[in-house]
Amino acid sequence: MQLTGAEALIKSLEQQGVDSVFGLPGGAILPVYDPLLDSSIRHILVRHEQGAGHMAEGYAMATGRAGVAMVTSGPGATNIVTPIGNAHMDSTPLVVITGQVATGSIGTDAFQECDITGITMGITKHNFLVQSAQEIPRAVAAAFHLATTGRPGPVLIDVPKDVTQSMMDWWYPSTIEEYDLPGYRPEIALDEDAVDRAVQLIAESERPVLYVGGGTLKSNATNELLAFAERTGMPVVTTLMARGAFPDSHEQHLGMPGMHGVYTAVTALQRADLLISLGARFDDRVTGKISAFAAGAKVIHVDIDRAEFNKVRHADVALQSNVGAALRALDAQGATPASMDAWWREIRSWQETYPLVYDEPTLEGPLRPQHVIASIAEKAEPGTIVTSGVGQHQMWAAQFWDFEEPRTWINSGGAGTMGFGVPAAIGAKVGRPDRTVWCIDGDGCFQMTAQELVTARAEGIPIKVAILNNAYLGMVRQWQEMFYEERYSEVYLSADLPDYVKWAEAMGCVGLRATNLKEMDDVIDEANKINDVPVVIDFRTDSSEKVFPMVASGASNDDIIVHPSQQGRAR
Amino acid sequence: MSPEPFLGTTSRTPVRHHILSVLVENKAGVLARIAGLFARRGFNIYSLAVAPAESHARFSRVTIVVDAESAPLEQIVGQLDKLVNVVAITDLAPADAVERELLLATIQTNTANRTSLLDTLANAGAAIVDVDPGAVTVMLAGTPASCDQLERALESFSDVELHRTGRVALPRLGEAAPQ
Ligand SMILES: Cc1ncc(C[n+]2csc(CCOP(=O)(O)OP(=O)(O)O)c2C)c(N)n1
Ligand SMILES: [Mg+2]
Repeated sequence: MQLTGAEALIKSLEQQGVDSVFGLPGGAILPVYDPLLDSSIRHILVRHEQGAGHMAEGYAMATGRAGVAMVTSGPGATNIVTPIGNAHMDSTPLVVITGQVATGSIGTDAFQECDITGITMGITKHNFLVQSAQEIPRAVAAAFHLATTGRPGPVLIDVPKDVTQSMMDWWYPSTIEEYDLPGYRPEIALDEDAVDRAVQLIAESERPVLYVGGGTLKSNATNELLAFAERTGMPVVTTLMARGAFPDSHEQHLGMPGMHGVYTAVTALQRADLLISLGARFDDRVTGKISAFAAGAKVIHVDIDRAEFNKVRHADVALQSNVGAALRALDAQGATPASMDAWWREIRSWQETYPLVYDEPTLEGPLRPQHVIASIAEKAEPGTIVTSGVGQHQMWAAQFWDFEEPRTWINSGGAGTMGFGVPAAIGAKVGRPDRTVWCIDGDGCFQMTAQELVTARAEGIPIKVAILNNAYLGMVRQWQEMFYEERYSEVYLSADLPDYVKWAEAMGCVGLRATNLKEMDDVIDEANKINDVPVVIDFRTDSSEKVFPMVASGASNDDIIVHPSQQGRAR
Repeated sequence: MSPEPFLGTTSRTPVRHHILSVLVENKAGVLARIAGLFARRGFNIYSLAVAPAESHARFSRVTIVVDAESAPLEQIVGQLDKLVNVVAITDLAPADAVERELLLATIQTNTANRTSLLDTLANAGAAIVDVDPGAVTVMLAGTPASCDQLERALESFSDVELHRTGRVALPRLGEAAPQ
């Protein structure tokens, strides 16, 4: 069967089981948009290519399948660089297709030419410049294979216009050999010796902690985690990328560690004699000052990516494996710690002294942002998916929303990309139309990508957006308040400019506002009743609220600053 | 065969260097991927040589001398191995490798320096590969240390244009020398 390269590209996506593509056309990718008309694939027309990338990320994080985005060359391609970088930092499987100028024009500074494979070399797992139409099926199959196996990540396929316009004989690779990836071997045999040594370390430990990272979600190992945790009785912490990997309601769960982590989670890592790191990477936002991090702990480091071992922290046992297989192997050997009674007593006393708290809300307002989040959570149905932007609101959402299920918390961790929340929510809703999707956003973040609500309305994607409108780039304001003597430099945004309700309405969404407790309850109820169009709520929150606990940048986790109401308590 | 003499800090090679012999797919941009990785991770490349591997058009061999002081070797190898186009990495400790490098140099000659230049070349075992009335081009194929020595010896001559290829290496035959 003879097809054009463009037809082959669409057919290859169909072959991969792709149901949705997020994108925006232009000259170089034009040929591919024609056969799209006849395809079963749903295309979501975004208003900015950054939106397409974050939507694909949201889709991928909610479903576990690769998210797909398609854009044109030049500015279309550079506009999607931020999401690619974001996905690279958070190991999110993406396949990004970019149009490119015709092969004969490459290198001539042709109209809308840019070297997108060069630009994204350092922020993709791999990228391809496809040289001929016949190669398209192989490139697509290989891209999905690379994006979704081993340590997942973004893969970019750059397709010149003459390649999509020329003819090819249809074929599709049926075996991995045909992907032609001689240097890629994601499957690794478990090192039995390392398993034995891990079992030994566990048996010797009295103060172990399961340090659970995003890799646990990526490898779908949450059942194994629950089984292992319950059998051994060990305490569990879940990083920002792993919220939802272990139920928050579980009595062994200490919460999130790190810069804005729960006191007990942070301190348990500090005092542990053994860390079992499961798909986590000792990020500086978790470790604080690395030389002071968990100084008395041995480390069992489980990761699919061997370059993570000894990168930041010495691994006493490095176990290259996906998390599930490693936990099953440890379970099979019955790895069990020594008595943890004293350890749990200590942990429980920290929990009693330093629970996560916020100041009581007042009837009149302004609203307490943490209370707004807790109230939305309380009224949300189980399994609701939450996305966020980046800033204080993100930390409060991670702290005060209780996650019970994997893939219900979607945020930008490694890159900290403002503007991630709205498009990620749209992508999550496309992937999981059966779920309610809330975006907990900041006023600053909302203004970066809000235009995608036009996409959401036009495409019938009813998400709910809660703007915690504190009139500030709040997280930066917090640092200026605490570390720059309250010298506020370029962080004020205004609560009223823009008018978020009018803006929402102009984008075809329902716009609501709440300034006090009564209004807050009412608008949440109202939003929960709306299931056909997107809803945006402008919650007027207290500008001076800060995120606690906090470990200052570069400080030791021992110097954690607790909520003002808890300061001075005996530790 | 005995390992090369230890030249200490006067050697141009970092003391804690390692030789990575990297088999890569012969595809456009592979070298940029390797160079980019080293640059963004802050790994130092001391020298780099590339050529098609064996009689295969499909693969190339890249010999990279890395400064294991700039980053742990395990990190360098682990990150390099993640490049999809990298097929295999052999890490050769200097003591376990036979290393060779090619040096070419053009030196302006005159009646005053001719004798000492010829002595220098003879000492180093370098060959003259091109001449004209006012200059010679010489070649030395040898250990990196011998190239270092010749390079230093040529410092006393003015107007020297000198090129080195960067080394290639293979594992020593037989038992590895004690580290
Ligand atoms: C694209 C981008 N630019 C700048 C920053 C730095 N930054 C981190 S948080 C933050 C403030 C976010 O403000 P807002 O969305 O209002 O959230 P808040 O902290 O007030 O809850 C800024 C500017 C960033 N993370 N991303
Ligand atoms: Mg704000």
